[in-house]
Amino acid sequence: MEAMDYIISKYNYWMYIILMMIGFYAMIAKKNLVKKIVGMNIFQTAIILFFISTASKKGGASIPIIQNGHGSATDIINTAHYVNPLPHVLMLTAIVVMVSTFGVAIALLLMLYKKYNTLEEDEIISILKTENGK
Amino acid sequence: MIWQLDFILLVIVVICAIAAISVKDLLSSAILLGAYSFLLCLLWTEMGAVDVAFTEATVGAGISTAFFIGAIYHTSRRTKD
Repeated sequence: MEAMDYIISKYNYWMYIILMMIGFYAMIAKKNLVKKIVGMNIFQTAIILFFISTASKKGGASIPIIQNGHGSATDIINTAHYVNPLPHVLMLTAIVVMVSTFGVAIALLLMLYKKYNTLEEDEIISILKTENGK
Repeated sequence: MIWQLDFILLVIVVICAIAAISVKDLLSSAILLGAYSFLLCLLWTEMGAVDVAFTEATVGAGISTAFFIGAIYHTSRRTKD
């Protein structure tokens, strides 16, 4: 019973693992190249979601802007009142990297369509095999 | 953070992800991915990460969906799986 409570209390981590596996499945098992890119996007956002969730705190923690920051320096800052801003900053960089990989993938997709006139991976592989067979 | 809201949003996010990879039309897939990004943006706002949330809203949901629709109009909408 204790183990069950532990598993249920960490439900958000299970959801992130489910999302990550959905993206991984789409990257491996789908034949269409656009579906593979969708899977890559889902995989990356699942990892970002996991990191952001490690920053949040229970019990009314607010965004990291210090109250009474100007003027009175007498207040003692209690870190339990603010969410941790370090994973947010790291994941901002990860979002930018995600969009740049997405742009490169779309560009490669357009080049492949121009050359082979299809978006299905198995059709491209069969065209390549017949070209090599000649 | 309110755990009921968190849980409902996570369930809708998982449903959107499954729909985005299993739908047979690539334009619908792009729109569902945009909806997925906006729901993640809501989730991050609810977790207190507003900077990540608005970056995701502009870049993940806006620019990515526009690029996706442009790429699909230049290629084809049909897919076998």
